[in-house]
Parts: sequence; structure tokens; C-alpha cells
Amino acid sequence: MLKYFVPLGGFLLLVALLAAGLKLDPREVPSPFIGRQAPAFEANQLEAAGMLASTSLKGDVWLLNVWASWCGECQREHAVLTELIKGQNLKAVGLNYKDVSADAKRWIAQFGNPFTQIITDPQGKIGLEWGVYGTPETFIIDQQGIIRYKHIGPMNQKAVTEKILPLLAELRKEAGQ
Amino acid sequence: MIPEIGHFALILALVVAVVQTAVPLLGSALGNPRWIGLAKPATRLQLLFMVIAYACLTYAFITHDFSVKYVASNSHTTMPLLYRVSGVWGAHEGSLLLWALILSLWAVSVSVFSRSIPAVMLARVLGVMGFVAVGFLLFLLVTSNPFERLLPAPADGRSLNPLLQDPGLAIHPPMLYMGYVGFSVAFAFAVAAMLGGKLDAAWTRWVRPWTNIAWMFLTLGIALGSWWAYYELGWGGWWFWDPVENASLMPWLVGTALIHSLAVSEKRGAFKAWTVLLAVFAFSLSLLGTFLVRSGVLTSVHAFASDPGRGLFILLFLVTVVGLSLTLYAFRAKQFTSNVSFQLFSRETGLLLNNVILVVMAATILLGTLYPLVMDALGIGKISVGPPYFNSVIVPLGIPLVMVMGLGVLLRWKRDSISRLGTDLILLVIVALGVGLLFSLLLRYDWEVMAAVGLVMAMWIAATTVFSAWRQKRTASVWGAALAHTGMAITIIGISLTSLYSSEKDVRLSAGQQYQMAGYAFQFQGVKKVSETAFDAYQGTVDITRDGQPVSHMEPQKRVYKVQTMPMTEAGIDAGLFRDLFVALGEPLEGGAWSLRLYHKPFIRWIWLGGIFMAVGGLLAATDRRYRLKLRRAGNA
Amino acid sequence: MTPVRKKRLLLILALVAGVGVAATLVLQAFNQNMMFYYAPKEVKAGNAPANHDFRVGGLVVKGTVKRDPNNLDVHFDITDMTETVTVKYTGILPDLFREGQGIIARGRLLPSGVIEAAEVLAKHDENYMPPEVAASLPQKPASEAK
Repeated sequence: MLKYFVPLGGFLLLVALLAAGLKLDPREVPSPFIGRQAPAFEANQLEAAGMLASTSLKGDVWLLNVWASWCGECQREHAVLTELIKGQNLKAVGLNYKDVSADAKRWIAQFGNPFTQIITDPQGKIGLEWGVYGTPETFIIDQQGIIRYKHIGPMNQKAVTEKILPLLAELRKEAGQ
Repeated sequence: MIPEIGHFALILALVVAVVQTAVPLLGSALGNPRWIGLAKPATRLQLLFMVIAYACLTYAFITHDFSVKYVASNSHTTMPLLYRVSGVWGAHEGSLLLWALILSLWAVSVSVFSRSIPAVMLARVLGVMGFVAVGFLLFLLVTSNPFERLLPAPADGRSLNPLLQDPGLAIHPPMLYMGYVGFSVAFAFAVAAMLGGKLDAAWTRWVRPWTNIAWMFLTLGIALGSWWAYYELGWGGWWFWDPVENASLMPWLVGTALIHSLAVSEKRGAFKAWTVLLAVFAFSLSLLGTFLVRSGVLTSVHAFASDPGRGLFILLFLVTVVGLSLTLYAFRAKQFTSNVSFQLFSRETGLLLNNVILVVMAATILLGTLYPLVMDALGIGKISVGPPYFNSVIVPLGIPLVMVMGLGVLLRWKRDSISRLGTDLILLVIVALGVGLLFSLLLRYDWEVMAAVGLVMAMWIAATTVFSAWRQKRTASVWGAALAHTGMAITIIGISLTSLYSSEKDVRLSAGQQYQMAGYAFQFQGVKKVSETAFDAYQGTVDITRDGQPVSHMEPQKRVYKVQTMPMTEAGIDAGLFRDLFVALGEPLEGGAWSLRLYHKPFIRWIWLGGIFMAVGGLLAATDRRYRLKLRRAGNA
Repeated sequence: MTPVRKKRLLLILALVAGVGVAATLVLQAFNQNMMFYYAPKEVKAGNAPANHDFRVGGLVVKGTVKRDPNNLDVHFDITDMTETVTVKYTGILPDLFREGQGIIARGRLLPSGVIEAAEVLAKHDENYMPPEVAASLPQKPASEAK
């Protein structure tokens, strides 16, 4: 009899809804930042002396990774991130977010430094300007200083192969023209 | 080394669970007694491995093994032993491990108290529970391994969320999980009955005690959660209609319906298909609760760890478990249709109405909880459905529920008539109205219609409960039902009076100033700094007097936990049977003054007191002799 | 009609009536209690309802939190990095209310354009931001949204 299928039908509707809900990953908010000029900064460096200004990076494609020594997920993405940066020979700036410099230095010494430069943001001021709402987050900035991609959460191989590598190839082509 | 043993035990538990599912289920389908006989030992072996895994994680917590990522994220060297033990279930991975351990415990309990159950039936029940265990163990191992290493190990951990460093919350999740997971027993029995195609009175006698005990734990878990939110979150409320709270209330409502529907199935052989459906729903809602809390689909004040990847896994699991059982239902439920007849005016109708109202309540809560998700999925906008929605739906549904509740216990099975009830009914209505109104007039607060309505409702339940218990043969079942109904009456009194007569005021006070509220004088003596191992705090001193007589001395704190640098309000509470006084320290203002939040909450304790009554009632009913008589007879046979 | 059928019909009618009442209740409750979320720029654009509660979220702008010395009134600005709106609240702010922190306020819009909040929520997590706030953030760097 048909009426005994009613609960099943209702449940399937619910599942469709929940599946749709899962797609609305609260972490994958469309970043209104993409396609806009990257916020400028001038900040202290973690290891090198002197300040690093974002203006000095103009003309290159570069990556900004927000990390902290207190962040467990940052360790998880470390290998993938290192491979991406070294493999693509990218300029990479690490934004050490709301961290204690001594801890951050120890972390880098332990795991290795994937970055070309590391800037410190102990109060999270730069992070605020970049719209960071957690660690880790990764941005790709093009030659014109425009943010082209933002990844929230630990970097993974899927994002690298499906999003970042094609983007880098495209950026190189643009530069070549 | 120890964490690896735990990890390995977890893998072995999964392997055993697969065997526990596949072999007995196949055996019962093919009629192979040796395969059927494997159900019990497999179930016990799985428990053994689960206990080992759980003990290993607890050991890692106690010994501060920060090379385990989960321990490093949730423990700290300064944490006392109690919170290191309860810290095991303080976050996602560990609470899932506890879930799986409890599931295994329930399965073994069923296998131990199963002498009256035919081997085939038992094999199916344990097989279904094994299937659920496979899902959870896979989930643990694939997405949330609690034994994952963090190398090199940090010198110290990040400590447990301060909100969870509290004795009330230390026992809240285990209680809640005992309830959630306990419904898996009724679920497994329902699926087993559908597989076997037979559902008789004996079946209901097997299921009823398990359902009652699961319901008892869930009741206690919800009451504890509400109590914790009241004193720990520092907001003075006892229920927030938060998705996590709703996730526990929905299975409770459906579980309550199930208990009553089982009564009809046992006594009258009716509502069988409906009973099976409710058993499936009660457990599905428990799973759904887990999904909602863990997936991050809905955000809530309680959310600690949420991850869409995990959400997808739970959703797939939900689809498998619930989808399969509902498909089975679609094809098998027809066999359970009964031709038992009953008159319109009978206990059956009363219980049917009770069931309908409870299920509609659960459905409206589900709707309210998921509605924001629907709107978001359809791209209509981000909305939220606030407490007013739930209040304005649940209260009007609650009133007919209470009326049916009182009438139902008076009615006879099969057929009854107004003329038989006659004078008794009139008398009971008069008693309920009289005592309820008198109660409302004797309160030292202004008379309010809704308070009177609430009290009359409560008295109606109390009067009919006492009357019917007095008229019947008083078995443990009858006592249990009477206690649970009385508990409901007590909770209703608590809810009505707290909601209507609470006073709340945010005030600005300098040291030495006082504020008058609800007949009490709150004298603020000032604030000093105190320091403990885990936190630094501002501690205020407030003396409360009434008509010049000292009532209470309070020291509410505003803490900052050192490890997480997280601020927290620790309210001062003076608890009483008829009222609570509640003071929370706000923030420092100019000129040395402080803001303070003062509450006067009449009868709030009654809400949880009623919960305890209900839980004890559920337990008592489960101990009824007829469930055990059956056991002994079968044991001798 | 046989008595059995009649009884069934009555039962079904009662159930339909019950469910109907419940459905009406639900719909009405939804109508009255559904709260939409708006970002400050939507409030500024006049999208927020004038006579109905709604929720608004954003970051608390640094240096804008002002307490009245004589009572518990507090004013502060919240921003989505595009527009800024002022929120007025009376009472004690949540533990985690801080400048620069993402918060959600529930309240209604006064004719002056100030939002009178009945409730202010801040979440219990350092890295957490209510998803709605995160979704409406940020359009521009914070430095421009003084």
C-alpha cells in the first residue's frame, strides 16, 4: 500500500535538504575580497630585520598564508603548502597571526620554513584588514596586487590541483602576453 | 605506545562489528544456528575492544600525553583529574568514542538480559546494533581519529573549553548519549520485527523496559543540560531553543510517544505499524541530532567542533540507516496492520491523540530548526527562527496534550462512556480548577491568567494521576506512570511560574549601593581581584536581605581563563525550592561602579525536579514484574 | 455508513482538524517570529523593516563603544567594512563583546537610523565568527571604515 511509503518519501525530502545545507558550507563564504586590490601592509618580520611592505611585492604573483603556532590545522597543511610553494617557486609571505614570536620561531625551526618572508601580526590587525576569520587561510595575489583566490581552512591537494595550479598557469599566461 | 593500542583496538572493534552485523543477520535469514549463535560472543568481544580503546584515550588524558593531538587540544597540565577524565568527551572525537562505547554497552546489556528472547530475534537485534556500530566506528576511524599523533608533542595542551570545566557538564553528555543511543535498542527491535515479519505482545514486553530506560537517561540528560545552561552560561534562562537543545528534545518527544504507543500495542495489539515507525523515528532523530550538532549545518551556542566533511559522512550514514529501515517499513508494515476495534471514547483514542500531539510537536520543532536551512538553501535569505516561534507553537499544543493526558489515564481500554466516568470526572475537574485557582491566588505575586491556567493544568494531571493510581492495581508500571505524570505536573508548575513571574534587571551599582527587587534588597559591597590556578577573576560581593533579615551572601565572579584567555561569567546563585536569586557580575563602569545583572526566579527548581520525577518513573515502570516473570518462565523452559 | 466506518471518519476528521490547527499555528508563528538578517549596508540602503525585529551583524568599530556614565546605556558602531550603523543597547554586554569582534544584534530600527538592540550576541570562540557576519564581511579593508 502506498501510505507506507510516506515516511520514506518524507525522509528523502529531508535528506535532500540536509545535503543542500551541507553544500552551504559556512566556511566557504564567497569572499567579496576576490577581484579586489589586496590591502596594503607594512609589518615587522619574524626572522629578518626591518619591515616588509606589501608594495615591494608588486609585479609578482605571490601567496599569503595566515598561520600560527597555536593552530593545529596549520601543521596539517604544512606539507602540502611547502610542496606548492617550492614546486611552483612562488613568492610566499607567511602572516603569523595573533602569535608569540618565540613560539612561532620554534614552530618554524621544528617544521621548516616554507615562506620567503614572514611578517608578524600579534594583534591581528592585518588579519582584520584581510578579512581573516581564522587560521589557516591562504590568498593568491596577482602581479597587479589583486586578490585572485582565497582558501579557508587547511590547504589540501584537491584545492592545489583543481584551483591554484590552473590559476597560476593562467596568471603566467597573462604575464606572458 | 598506549595510543597505538587504542587505535588498534578501535580497528579490531570495527572488524568485530562487521562480523556482528553480517554473520547473525545472514544466519537468521538462512536459518543457520551456528551463525546465529555468533551474535552474542561477537557483541561482547566488540565491547571488550571498545573498553580498551576508551581506556587508552582516558589514560592519555590522565598522563598528559600531549603527543596525542586530541589530548593536546583539550587538556592542560593544570587541569584537575575530574576534568581530565571528563575531558575525554569534551570535544568531537572523544564524544563520538563515548557514543560508540555506550552503543556497545547497550548491545551487551541486551545480550545479557535476553534469556526470554528467541535466538533468531536476538541475532537480528544484535546484528542491527552492530550495523549502527560499524557506521560510527568507520566515522571515528576515517574522519575523527581520537588517537591521531601530534609530533613533536607540544609542551602543554590548549586546555578544555572553560565552559565545559564544570561538574554539571561533566555528566551531561554521557546521560544524553545513554538516552540517544538507548533508542537504538528499540530501533533494532523494530527492524528485527520487520525482518521477521512478526510483532506480538511478547515483542512489546521485550522492547518496553529498554525504551523506558533510554527515555529515563534522555530525560535526565535534558534536565541536566538545562540546569547547566542556567547556572553556567550566566544568562539566567533555562531553555534557549538552541538547535542542540532541540536536537535532544525531538527524540524525547517521539520517545515519549513511543512509550505510550507500545502500551497500546502490548495491551490491545493495536498501533503496531505505528509503534515500529515511532521506534525508527526516535532513533533517527537521535542520529539527526548528532548530524546537526556535528556537521556545522546549523550553528549554535554549543557548537564546539564542526566540519562539513564529517557532516557528509553522518548524512550518508543517516541515509543508509534510516533509508533502509524506512524502505523495509514500506514493504513490511502491511503485515502489522491489526483489526483490533475500539470505540471512539476509549483509552486507545486518548493515547492516539497523545501520540499525534507529541509527534506534531516534534515536527514543528524540526521545522523551526531546519527552516533557516531551507531558506538559505533556496537562496531566500539568512533568517533565524527565535524562541518566540517555539513558544507560540508549543504552548497551544501543550494545553490539549495535558487535557488528553489527564483524561487518558481515566479511560478504559476498548470502550468507555461519559456516563460511567460521570461524577468522578466532574469531581476531578472541580478539584483541578479549585486547587489550581487557589494556588494561583495564594502566590505572593500579581494574579495572571496564564499562571492560573498553568496551575489548573498541573492540578488536572495530578488529580487524575492520583485518582487512577488509587483505583487500579498498583503494579510497578502503574507507579512509574503515576510518578512520571506527577513529574510533568511539577515541571509545568515550574515553567508557568518561572516564565511569568521572573524579574530581571541590569543595574549600575557602586560599592555600598543597594537595589530593591521582588522584595529583596541586593547590597553591592564592591569588587576585588582573586587568582586561582586556572583563572584570574574579579569577584564581587553582594549581600541580600529581606525585610532587614540576611538571606544570602554571594560572590559572583567574572573570570578570565589563563590558557585560552577566555572571559566567563560565574554567577552567584542562591537556590531555593520556591525561588532562586541570581547575580551576575557585568563590567566595570566609570567611577568605580559596576554593572550587575540581578534575577529573581520563582519556582525554577521545579522544572528540573519534575524531570527527576519523570526519570524515576520511567525507571520504575521498567522494573515491572511482568517483564521479569516472562524471563524466568523462559529461563526454566 | 457502518459504525466502524463512521468511527474511522470521525477519527480522521479529528486528526485533520488537529493537524490543521497546528499548521495554522506554525504558519502564524513563522510570520511573526521570523527574523531576517541584514548587513549594515543593507540597513543603510533601507532594506531593513521599520516595524519588525531583525538581526544585524558586523565588527564592532574600534573606539566607538560609549557608555553613559549615569545608566547602563551603551552605544557602539558595527561595520561590514562598507557601511557603519550605530547600535544602542541597555544592559550588560556579553563576555566576549570586544572592539574588533564580530557580533550580532537583534532589535529594531529607530527613525533616527540607530538600531535599538534588545539582545547582543558574541560567540564563545576566538576564531569563530557568526557565518552571517562572515558572509557579509568584508567589502573593503577596515582602514577605510573608520
